[in-house]
Amino acid sequence: MHVEEKLTPETFPAEPEKATLEGKNKFLGFWFFLGGETVLFASLFATFLALRDSVANGPTAQELFKMPIVFLATMLLLTSSLTSVYAMHHMRNFDFKKMQLWLGITVLLGAGFLALEIYEFTEYVHEGFKFSTSAFSSSFYTLVGTHGGHVAFGLLWILTLMVRNAKRGLNLYNAPKFYVASLYWHFIDVVWVFIFTVVYLMGMVG
Amino acid sequence: MSTLARKKGVGAVIWDYLTTVDHKKIAILYLIAGGIFFLLGGLEAMIIRIQLAVPNNDFISAGFYNEVLTMHGTTMIFLAAMPLVFAMMNAVVPIQIGARDVAFPFLNALGFWLFFFGGVFLNLSWFLGGAPDAGWTSYASLSLASPTHGIDFYVLGLQISGFGTLIGGINFLVTIINMRAPGMTYMRMPMFTWATFVTSALILFAFPPLTVGLIFMMMDRLFGGNFFDPALGGNTIIWEHLFWIFGHPEVYILVLPAFGIFSEIFATFSRKRLFGYSSMVFATVLIGFLGFMVWAHHMFTVGMGPIANAIFAVATMAIAVPTGIKIFNWLFTMWGGSIRFTTPMMYAVAFIPSFVIGGVTGVMNATAAADYQYHDSYFVVAHFHYVIVGGVVFALLAGAHYWWPKMFGKMLDEKLGKVTFWLFFIGFHLTFFIQHFLGLMGMPRRVFTFLPGQGFETGNMISTIGAFFMAAGTIVLLANVVITTVKGKRVGNDPWEDGRTLEWAVSSPAPEYNFAQTPLVRGLDAYWIEKMEGKKGLTPAEPLGDIHMPNPSILPFVISLGLFVAAFGFLFHNDHAWGTPVGVVGLLITLGAMFFRSIIDDHGFHIHKEEVMEAEKKGAGA
Repeated sequence: MHVEEKLTPETFPAEPEKATLEGKNKFLGFWFFLGGETVLFASLFATFLALRDSVANGPTAQELFKMPIVFLATMLLLTSSLTSVYAMHHMRNFDFKKMQLWLGITVLLGAGFLALEIYEFTEYVHEGFKFSTSAFSSSFYTLVGTHGGHVAFGLLWILTLMVRNAKRGLNLYNAPKFYVASLYWHFIDVVWVFIFTVVYLMGMVG
Repeated sequence: MSTLARKKGVGAVIWDYLTTVDHKKIAILYLIAGGIFFLLGGLEAMIIRIQLAVPNNDFISAGFYNEVLTMHGTTMIFLAAMPLVFAMMNAVVPIQIGARDVAFPFLNALGFWLFFFGGVFLNLSWFLGGAPDAGWTSYASLSLASPTHGIDFYVLGLQISGFGTLIGGINFLVTIINMRAPGMTYMRMPMFTWATFVTSALILFAFPPLTVGLIFMMMDRLFGGNFFDPALGGNTIIWEHLFWIFGHPEVYILVLPAFGIFSEIFATFSRKRLFGYSSMVFATVLIGFLGFMVWAHHMFTVGMGPIANAIFAVATMAIAVPTGIKIFNWLFTMWGGSIRFTTPMMYAVAFIPSFVIGGVTGVMNATAAADYQYHDSYFVVAHFHYVIVGGVVFALLAGAHYWWPKMFGKMLDEKLGKVTFWLFFIGFHLTFFIQHFLGLMGMPRRVFTFLPGQGFETGNMISTIGAFFMAAGTIVLLANVVITTVKGKRVGNDPWEDGRTLEWAVSSPAPEYNFAQTPLVRGLDAYWIEKMEGKKGLTPAEPLGDIHMPNPSILPFVISLGLFVAAFGFLFHNDHAWGTPVGVVGLLITLGAMFFRSIIDDHGFHIHKEEVMEAEKKGAGA
């Protein structure tokens, strides 16, 4: 199928993200990229695990972490992953408006998560837990902050796609773009599940 | 829309190369940039050898020696060997698999410019307060104590060029999976393509740990982090692990393409198909896999304990098995073949004993208990120069001679090529063979001088004389390039006359679109099969038609420039008020360029059928 073809719900292919060679390349290349990202986060996790008890004179994980805010943030991000699945479902059904709606909800939930994280970080800094306090603090902020940076980038990315394509709707040129952006969003979500478990839950248990 | 066969001015040519997304032109960019960095690294090597020619020498100071030593290793690995490998991959792999281009032409260009700006940034350190001086491994215990900005240049420069390499790796993975011509099954791919495939997978999984290590180092040195500072709970061994989880696969990232280049050359100039093709593929994949299991053999003396040392020792020795399979396959390829000793073949033949010596000393180093004696001595220096020069550099020189006509349309002079070979080959063994014994006699590596009367004088003098032989060989090569460019005759599709793979079926250099018609591949050594059946060209898999091409773009250059500016700003943010704003501006340039890439549609253009037919008529002998 050709990239610039005009499509209707009847002619729109079942997997629009893989209907063109460019789409196939993007799909596969992005999966490889996520493979590299997995190794990147694995390295960050390994370092965090090695340094999480090295608190020097600073606060420990038990003193810092509070369940309510972290739990709320987790729920927001997990839900946003679900809403991005809805968006992709509507993309495949060639329903541009509903896709935009669900992507919009995804962005709002993601922004809520990011706001909570920024609030959480500022609270920690007020409690004397700065980036330079201890090896634990450095590895904590670098791991969780790298994830937060990914969330921020994902939000900008999805918003850009939504605004850019608002007037012209779906075609086989932009469908792979929406699809890989949603893959990225799921990946961020999976990483957060590990952060929630390894950093927060294990940190609170001690 | 077509840009075929148009005369251009100098400015237009420069603009063409700044914006190109054509893998063949990107290959030339990699070759030129990597070649310049190779000369720079070679110059640094000469300074080292001159300083060590006689005992108690004061040719350079101890501090400057540390900088030269660090930059020699860093430059040769990251800025010479890696891009030269990428030059070969870009020049050949898409054509070898019968593709018109790589999967991501834009990202291909981005990968080059990131590498280029990272390399330039690293080398700016010479002029801005001093180069890095903690060795190419930059162990945290040394590098955190380094007073100049050298280490910061190392961290940020390698970070930028590392992104470029990662992008290049993903690009080749997708290209080889998705872009093969009809009939080009995995087990019909040329060995060099296979090597590129496995290497790209290694790049994908090896570079992120380096990225993370460099982030930690950057945080510690510039932003108050404590990853490696024991006073606040940090641990310097974390750097060593992250560095070698990257660093050991890195040597396979370099040497697997070298194996691939030699496999092509052995088959071509023995006029036989490669012996044991499937076992070669198996060995390549196995080396790639085992390459990730051995990093801690660089850290036997750290104190990991006997169990960890034993496991890593055994895993390391296991790699000798698939490597041995390869050595025997190359020997059997030559066995009974009708061998032609061209320049590339001379390198290939010389590579086998040279690399075997490096492999044997590798197994010696892998013996953990014995390694306590070899560690940090010239024995190790001799070992890794035998595998990297005897393997990788020989392969790059061989590959450059072999594919030069395909890249530039002219043959390098064979006589001068052989002069280069003999000078380089003799010089190499003179320089490094004696270093085994210097090391066993107790000469430590990385020390700027040695004392008289300890038995090191003769060995070091021989080593330095050898280095001058290699320098002379390099100068002859440069002369050869100039003479060929000025006087060389244009050649046809298959200048070596025994080409087996698809790149020899297209004109030299290949047209912008590589293949007027996508070829149908009917077996291993696709072009050889056609020739043996008396055909002049390839069997086409499609009728002549319009050819879709990607648009050139300046954005890869701008994205990379932005990161260059950002790194410059953040490096000085503790010293100057302008540091942070400049850094932010740089990031905005990068993000802005990415934003434009995202919102501007890029559908490429078509070369029309008539233009293709005309170009093919003009093309030599196609």
